[in-house]
Amino acid sequence: MEKHITLPLTEELAMSLHAGDTVYLTGTVYTSRDAGHKRMCEALARGEQLPFDPTDATIYYVGPTPAKPGQVIGSAGPTTSGRMDAYAPTMMRVGARGMIGKGARLPEVVEAMKQYHGVYFGAIGGAGALLSKCIRKAELIAYEDLGAEALRRLYVEDMPLVVIIDCEGNNLYQIGRARYLSEHKEEVRND
Amino acid sequence: MREINIKEIIDTVERLCIEANQHLPEDVRAALCAFRAREDGQIACGVLDNIIENYGIADRECVPICQDTGMACVFLEIGQDLHITGGSLTEAVDEGVRRGYQNGYLRKSVVADPIRRGNTGDNTPAMLYTEIVPGDRLKITVAPKGFGSENMSMIRMFKPSAGLEGIKDFILETVETAGPNPCPPMVVGVGIGGTFDKCALLAKKALLRPLDSHHPDPYYAELECEMLEKINALGIGPQGFGGRTTAIGLNIESLPTHIAGMPCAVNINCHVTRHKTEVL
Repeated sequence: MEKHITLPLTEELAMSLHAGDTVYLTGTVYTSRDAGHKRMCEALARGEQLPFDPTDATIYYVGPTPAKPGQVIGSAGPTTSGRMDAYAPTMMRVGARGMIGKGARLPEVVEAMKQYHGVYFGAIGGAGALLSKCIRKAELIAYEDLGAEALRRLYVEDMPLVVIIDCEGNNLYQIGRARYLSEHKEEVRND
Repeated sequence: MREINIKEIIDTVERLCIEANQHLPEDVRAALCAFRAREDGQIACGVLDNIIENYGIADRECVPICQDTGMACVFLEIGQDLHITGGSLTEAVDEGVRRGYQNGYLRKSVVADPIRRGNTGDNTPAMLYTEIVPGDRLKITVAPKGFGSENMSMIRMFKPSAGLEGIKDFILETVETAGPNPCPPMVVGVGIGGTFDKCALLAKKALLRPLDSHHPDPYYAELECEMLEKINALGIGPQGFGGRTTAIGLNIESLPTHIAGMPCAVNINCHVTRHKTEVL
């Protein structure tokens, strides 16, 4: 299914998405990677507020290149999500619902997604120049000292994504591979 | 004796850092396009089309193909009849990397300490390899290496009794474990033989070889073809969404080894397999 969706990612919207859907996403997303997640989770543990309202928020796992003069942002493709697995359940517990990245997630992240109705979207790894075209605004909001890993608020328009894991725990990495192998049984005899 | 001043080396490394990050080698692009023609799934084809479009944007607009502009792996082949003047060669390479990553708007992705972290702010130090060769030339190759794929690489010290089957299983196991994480379609570099450290270096060097080339020994050339075919029967596909195109190339480099050993290293790269060379 091809869907055009507008953020914030409400519970109702999240539940309408299914693993394998192609999605064009419009709205505000927040960028964070390893170091930013670590800081946010430490802030939450101290009882502090996050630098943005996490309710129904979507976090894009990205560390962009610096913008050239005239650019909104540099190349901005996804980083490997698994490194955020240690923090993702905490982020969902405080209200964040969407995650954009690439690569496998741990079972505890999928369990948290089922519990809090989270959605894991895949952006194409290694297509940073293309993805930067969908980013209309970029604003630094916290942790400037982290450089590429600083927290940014982005406004994206029709960002091309695929739902990898939906809030029922269906996983395109498993479904897509199994489908390919069953459709190509003759060719893929691996002796 | 021929002389090269380090100024020329700094300028060349700077330029190679920038160009390698913006313009993909033609053999890699051609391999990706050839696999696209053979792919049939809707999602898989869509992903490969976007990847090809991304190469075009980066090339035309001179922007990085990928935001992970990597650690700068720099390979120098230094002619033994060449004299380098004007200062330290190692510092010259780092200065070239510093300028390239600053002036080319590339991401600074290096931390000063592996455990205590802390970004160095200029993407130095380079991972520098030098080799002394006959002649009076200096061959400089810059290969920016992203870590989404580097993290999925493996090395194993086999007993010789594990034989060819052990090597084959290990290559497949590494790719299978990597799965969707290294942004497939991948390029796979395999090192076989040498010592623990040399074996890993062979695997990295295998990633520098054109994808339309083969190991000079037909035994390993056949193994390259066989393993690429086996990897593409795994069904992982572009980005791990399922499909025929899991890897667009597999190169093997080999060396003699010890009577007691059979090391094998598998260095995984993504489809953005970047390297650029210049001879001074």
